[in-house]
Amino acid sequence: MHTFILERPRDLAAALAFHAQAGRNDAPAEYIAGGTDMVQLLQEHVRRPERLVSLAGLLDGHIEAGPQGLRLGAAATMADVAVHPAVVEQFPVISEALLNSASPQVRNQATMGGNLLQRTRCPYFRDVGYAACNKRSPGSGCSAIDGENRWHAVVGTSDDCIAANPSDLAVALVALEAGVELRGAGGQRFVPLIDFHRLPGNTPHIESVLEPGEVIAAITVPASSTARRSHYLKVRDRASFEFAVVSAAVALDMDGGRIRAARVALGGVGTKPWRVPKVEAALAGGSLDPAVLRRAAALAAEGAQGRGHNDFKIELMQRAIVRAIETAGARA
Amino acid sequence: MTTALIGQPVSRVDGRQKVTGRATYAAEFEVPGLAHGAIVRSTIAHGRIASINSVAAERAAGVVAVLTHRNAPRLAYRPHKGAPDPDVGERLHMLQDDQVNHQGQPIALVIAETLEQANHAATLVRVSYTSETGTTDIERIEPVLPTQKNDQGQVRPPETRRGDPEGALAAAEVKVDYTYVIPRENHNPVEMHATIAAWDGDRLTLWDKTQWVHNVADEIAAVFGIPAENVRVVSPFVGGAFGSGLRTWPHVTLAALGARVARRPVKVMLSRREMYYGVGYRPHTVQRVALGASRDGRLAALLHDGYQETSTYEEFSEALLNASRFLHSCPNVYTRHRIARMNVHTPTYMRAPGEASGIFALESAIDELAVALGVDPVELRLRNEPEQDEFKRLPFSSRSTRECYRVAAERFGWSRRTAASRSMRDGRWLIGWGMATATYPMNYAPASAMARLLPDGTAEVRSASSDMGPGTWTSMTQVASDILGLPIERVKFTLGDTRLPRAPVHGGSMTMASVGSAVQAACRKAREDALTRGGANDVTEAMRRLGQPVEASVDVQPGDASQRFSMHAFGAVFAEVAVDPDLGETRVRRIVGAYGAGRIVNPKTARSQCIGGMIGGIGMALMEHSVVDGRNGRVPNANFAEYAVPVHADAPSLMDVIFVEEDDPHVNPLGVKGVGEIAIVGVAPAIANAIFHATGKRIRELPITPDKLL
Repeated sequence: MHTFILERPRDLAAALAFHAQAGRNDAPAEYIAGGTDMVQLLQEHVRRPERLVSLAGLLDGHIEAGPQGLRLGAAATMADVAVHPAVVEQFPVISEALLNSASPQVRNQATMGGNLLQRTRCPYFRDVGYAACNKRSPGSGCSAIDGENRWHAVVGTSDDCIAANPSDLAVALVALEAGVELRGAGGQRFVPLIDFHRLPGNTPHIESVLEPGEVIAAITVPASSTARRSHYLKVRDRASFEFAVVSAAVALDMDGGRIRAARVALGGVGTKPWRVPKVEAALAGGSLDPAVLRRAAALAAEGAQGRGHNDFKIELMQRAIVRAIETAGARA
Repeated sequence: MTTALIGQPVSRVDGRQKVTGRATYAAEFEVPGLAHGAIVRSTIAHGRIASINSVAAERAAGVVAVLTHRNAPRLAYRPHKGAPDPDVGERLHMLQDDQVNHQGQPIALVIAETLEQANHAATLVRVSYTSETGTTDIERIEPVLPTQKNDQGQVRPPETRRGDPEGALAAAEVKVDYTYVIPRENHNPVEMHATIAAWDGDRLTLWDKTQWVHNVADEIAAVFGIPAENVRVVSPFVGGAFGSGLRTWPHVTLAALGARVARRPVKVMLSRREMYYGVGYRPHTVQRVALGASRDGRLAALLHDGYQETSTYEEFSEALLNASRFLHSCPNVYTRHRIARMNVHTPTYMRAPGEASGIFALESAIDELAVALGVDPVELRLRNEPEQDEFKRLPFSSRSTRECYRVAAERFGWSRRTAASRSMRDGRWLIGWGMATATYPMNYAPASAMARLLPDGTAEVRSASSDMGPGTWTSMTQVASDILGLPIERVKFTLGDTRLPRAPVHGGSMTMASVGSAVQAACRKAREDALTRGGANDVTEAMRRLGQPVEASVDVQPGDASQRFSMHAFGAVFAEVAVDPDLGETRVRRIVGAYGAGRIVNPKTARSQCIGGMIGGIGMALMEHSVVDGRNGRVPNANFAEYAVPVHADAPSLMDVIFVEEDDPHVNPLGVKGVGEIAIVGVAPAIANAIFHATGKRIRELPITPDKLL
């Protein structure tokens, strides 16, 4: 671990005044909340900020459910949100995504805001023994594209970065058209979550739209006709405590045996939480017939690009969509 | 009066210490004046250090010293080969030259007041390299025969042949001929390797994580050119090892070197990532197995040709082929072992080294043959049950394979299996039942123990053994209590210190056979002495009358039984898997293992070992894989998130362990064969065979991850 100054500001305004910025390796100051990811990055020398600004006790951690939907304070823990009755009943995909994330110990500590800002599990990003990583050291190259890339993304990639976004929660949230309330020195703004994470393009070191001195204050999930019949499916190499190989979040509005509306997003395959609107459109008005589902799911593969070891994800993600819809569709 | 403790399911005598945090592990000893060492490791696999600049590191806060090849003291490195060291080659010499032989090789040691200061300063050491071409991609290397004679002139035949295997294969009515691949796997014990070194003049104390304190003392003495008796090694508890603690790894030398230069105690503890570079691993193996058989299922030909990765500086040999020579009856057998020399660090023994890998290939092939013949896999094995060890041409001291098949199959319900693949289902899940045979040699090595009886009716029993988890503390206490006829709480067994009588390496399932026999003999001798001199017929009374301690030290060594018998533990493993046909996920639902492993001293800890082996086998079959980046030899998933080991949710709720009754008077005085190693053998092939039964897909490359089943 490198030497850094830990700031423990008295209030949020003081914290914002440090102009720290999450998720950028070139930022001299960074915010820390639960720290479950940050501490790993510090210990492995992936992050070497001069200053860490603690948000402990400064952000709202309440979970509010109402007719408008759900509001999750950024400081709410994964554990608390996962078992909140309104989340479990009205937004099961969120609860399932959380319970399929990490371990109970991690979920007790990790926060909503931090979950959305956790860094990629790309092993080349996390091993400073590799000099080349455009995300860690802009312009240094990508070790993954021609390397061991079974863990990597097949959609949203660029020639500079194929690192996958690791969050399960974010996948469930983009399926539900959630948004984030950002708070900065200049005030507050609202950003749809789908626009919050940035595609890597040729600036993979910039992962979100957060400005210096800006934090996630809350997550809002609108009430919808689909959320109650939603499901999170996660495929991985072991039964628990592992990031997704491929995951699918689906939410359905059913009219008898027909899909009135569907929301579908994918995890483990995208450089950001990956919603597939074309699949959603193809599902709308259709049945739960496996062949129909499969034809719709195939649209998720449009533009997908495997790099060798991760080629299988293009097929697997389609199957995951089909299965997740079948499971959600079978629910009362 | 005998308390008959041998054979009882005694709970761990050190259990309370462990669960209350009072068991002290290597890194936890409190040593006054301790400084912390951080190792700087190479980021190339092959070449030379062109420059190394430690100025910034030396100036960093808290730094005591920075050692590199340019300023480190020259070390004696007298020849030393312990049992776990490869026969051919020489260990890397720490900080003695500019040569880099593998990724993650130690090239500097930073010593500082705190661990964080040392870790920080280690990142300030600037290194540039002159890379040399090398090989880190096993797919691109041509394996070669190993050196056939080592320095001591021992011949290691890489090939064996009996009958006419090629001719018999060509003429066989039914044949299977495939190649099986197992990637590199790392031990990944929970406890990271750690050493604390403290010098007092030319005497050195090491608190170390090791499976063999005496070998650590011998090696470090050789490295520093001092007498072995000057080195004391203390290692009372080991938080898992699976073989990673057999050899003495470079960080032990670095800790001692650092402490000498710093003139104060130094601790070096590896991080999880360093565990993939700083200690050995189960090597990547590639194995061709060809079987020929008659239509009625008699093996006519068996060819097993395997190779494995090793370093450029040592020839590690994985005993891939041993079991193929005797496990099943076959008149025409050929085996060949080769090595792939690469710019990697030397692999080492990992749980059931050789057998776990070799028997995956062999027992997968036998299953393929059963399918080709249309014969039940158990029946095929029964038809090829040998009367004797056909390789050594010796009778087995005992061999309970038939009983293991019978008992395990019955418990598993094997008779309800439908033969066709994809014929069993549970809703959406495809169900598969598979099985495999297991074996592991009975090893028995010279060992010493001391028993001391005290007038108050208590006893102290000592041997410098180790307990990496199987329960040595407990089982030795049982043996001693049993022989002495004393209640278990009145017997104190001590291990893990070079001041105690010498024991062999704690590996190869030899501890109960060797140390147990020594403890038994020492206790017998002490007991007889006490009874004779005390003139009583129980130890407590005799000692009360004597009023002074009675002590007995004994060395035991194997007799000539290995000249007369082929001695192995045998087992049968049955597994049920459920495979999601769409998503490729496999869940192991239950495992039943039956073992003929001689006498079982403690059925409770033995069962724990077997369950651990089964879970380890699930890891091997379904998820474990140290991914080696062929471009440079780094292991990108050198962490606990991307290197998957089984978690609780992967362990089936039903793991049934059966020890069949086996009375073997030949193996050793205690009649034990050991279960630690055999516990993992056969698990991976049983699972792979079950996956074939479930899906009709034969996966010949581990681990069987979802992508392979799509």
